[in-house]
Amino acid sequence: MKTIITSLIMTVVLTVLVGIIYPLAMTGIAQLCFPDKANGSLITRDGKVIGSSLIGQSFGSPQLFHGRPSAAGAGYDGMSSGGSNLGPTSKALMDRITHDRDSLRALYPELAGTFPADMLTTSGSGLDPDISVANAMLQAKVISRTDSLPLETVETLVRSHVQGRDLGFLGEEHVNVLELNLDLLAHTKH
Amino acid sequence: MTANGILQLVAYLVVLVLITKPMGVFLTKVFRNERNFLTPVMGPLERLIYRLCGIKPESEMKWTAYSGAVLMFSVVSAVVLYGIMRLQNILPWNPQAFGAVAPDLSFNTAVSFTTNTNWQAYSGESTMSYFTQMAGLAFHNFASAAVGIAIAVAVVRGLVRTSAQTIGNFWVDLVRCTLYVLLPLSMLATIAFVASGMIQNLAPYVTATTIEGAKQIIPMGPLASQEAIKMLGTNGGGFFNANSAHPFENPTALTSFIQVILIFSIGSGLTYMFGRMAKDQRQGWAIWGAMTFLFLAGLVTCYTAEQSGNPITEKLGIERTATATQSGGNMEGKEVRFGIAQSALFATITTDASCGAVNSMHESYTPIGGMVPIFNIMLGEVVFGGVGAGLYGMLVFVLISVFIAGLMVGRTPEYLGKKIESKEVKLSMMALLSLVFCILGFTAWAMVNPVALKSLANNGPHGLTEILYAYTSAAGNNGSAFAGLNANTQFFNITLSIAMLFGRFFVIIPMLAVAGSMAKKTSVAASPGTFLTNNALFGTLLVMVILIVGGLTFFPALSLGPILEHLLMGAGKLF
Repeated sequence: MKTIITSLIMTVVLTVLVGIIYPLAMTGIAQLCFPDKANGSLITRDGKVIGSSLIGQSFGSPQLFHGRPSAAGAGYDGMSSGGSNLGPTSKALMDRITHDRDSLRALYPELAGTFPADMLTTSGSGLDPDISVANAMLQAKVISRTDSLPLETVETLVRSHVQGRDLGFLGEEHVNVLELNLDLLAHTKH
Repeated sequence: MTANGILQLVAYLVVLVLITKPMGVFLTKVFRNERNFLTPVMGPLERLIYRLCGIKPESEMKWTAYSGAVLMFSVVSAVVLYGIMRLQNILPWNPQAFGAVAPDLSFNTAVSFTTNTNWQAYSGESTMSYFTQMAGLAFHNFASAAVGIAIAVAVVRGLVRTSAQTIGNFWVDLVRCTLYVLLPLSMLATIAFVASGMIQNLAPYVTATTIEGAKQIIPMGPLASQEAIKMLGTNGGGFFNANSAHPFENPTALTSFIQVILIFSIGSGLTYMFGRMAKDQRQGWAIWGAMTFLFLAGLVTCYTAEQSGNPITEKLGIERTATATQSGGNMEGKEVRFGIAQSALFATITTDASCGAVNSMHESYTPIGGMVPIFNIMLGEVVFGGVGAGLYGMLVFVLISVFIAGLMVGRTPEYLGKKIESKEVKLSMMALLSLVFCILGFTAWAMVNPVALKSLANNGPHGLTEILYAYTSAAGNNGSAFAGLNANTQFFNITLSIAMLFGRFFVIIPMLAVAGSMAKKTSVAASPGTFLTNNALFGTLLVMVILIVGGLTFFPALSLGPILEHLLMGAGKLF
């Protein structure tokens, strides 16, 4: 009986300490020191939130760079993060890849040859904000035509958005699609 | 494999070696109840908690009382969590107005978080309120981790003490672990995480209007503080459905690297603490060496398989070879910022330990790449392992190895100068077999149950692996998944809960009994015939015993699942 009471009081005391005081104190510190990051690295334009630099979104326009295929809901659904969970011998996976490949090639004659590893595969989160440099460079050819910009200009733009590996060796080089598109839009307006 | 990928793996190993001793020295101080640099801050808080709970810190417990306290604390805290989930609609901090969690899902989740499994049959962003996440789930992240560490410390005390009746005071171990180890390290990690872009707020979800005019809901929440203890305590329960693949839950390759360091930090330190307490540092390093060998073997296998990718997708036009501007390999279910190496590193470590967080989807791994995580869990997660659970799980294998060595040379087996007798070997085997029974028994049941088979997301050998992974993960208290399986059904919620309970408590109780029995024994003087357990020979024997026991038990199941799938993938067969 004594053990039950001790267990109960211990549960309450530790819940208050690590379940309430700790997260609230951390929230306070985070909001004070890193308010932008702690609130989701949101990007606003004309006072309206247009997305987060960390969360990928769908782009349909041929005049914009596209992110990877997404398995989150109908695509980049913030409320249902997740991967396709299709295995390496899944017919559904291969059908999807074939379908995406064929429709890309039909729309964009520039996309002959092989595709970078990230371009036809879905990410783990379905919200991957990034694409590989090879992916962006391949799309640059399409963008150059659809936006009537010199290929060099688009490629320079991509290069200016390449984020290197963390500490020079962790992870992979990548390009943030939303930030790249915002920059691209700024270019095409002039 | 790429040069940069290998560099990342080597860097990880270097960091692991560097943190082992400082962590071990500090853990030793904490669990010997000695003063340390945090005592001025935490000492008064510690004494206050003892006073509130009516605990006499100087009185120690026998193994039976220790086990009783562990069980009672687990039951009570699980019931409280169940209550919080059932009542979250009327509790505070629920800006998205989520309803109460369903009874079978609440039961599964309460068991899951209490047993340090953190199996998740739900999707965090659309199910759990901020109050449930913090006071319910984050509390259990601390508590289940502290319980695991406390038990490991108690088992070590049992092994190193002679002619003793007691193995420590559970409440003191629990409180000191929380205050001196988990809380301060979590606070540091939280700050590093937020500085790298992780969210930490209590705001409602944000609705963004994209540049093409579409609406996107961006979820929010007190994430970073939970992420820190999720990794440090090898819990692995994600704040969001995509777990550490979600860009908020793991924004950069650096945060991913920090997360995998947190997973192994305490487990690695505990081996050093074991050496200190045994007054023979080499005993600790022998175990550390065996663990590191198994870790590297799994890591290299997984990384090689993932980097070499899938021949079927290559035929469809996907680049398989890495180039300077793209990762190559199998990128289905992986994030661009992590690439192949950080994903394989994470997958191996999260299953070596009983963490179960994922930064990429194991279900979409190549057959051999995905077999490494499942095999790691089948071996009992003894490679650094879940905090505490890894060490006491490894000590099960140590006792069995000593026993086998004793049989081979025809002497009574000894460990740390004490005789290992039939009672200890029987208890160790019981701990081992409960895992086997849960994994294979429940998998077999599900495979012949048409209701269970409806939950499959993939067919062919991959479907078998899906179910095998689920019960392996539950019984091993890991919590990662081949996540295509729809496990939020009554059948899976209940059978997986049973597997989680068996996998936790049918290992803990026998091991505490071993500790109690060993503590009573007297020490026998070492003789020239004593089999040494502090050298590379013993480390090698230990690795062999783990591989033979694990291999013989699970090879048939694995050959019907991932191994068969690997051969069929080579032949281009689809399901």
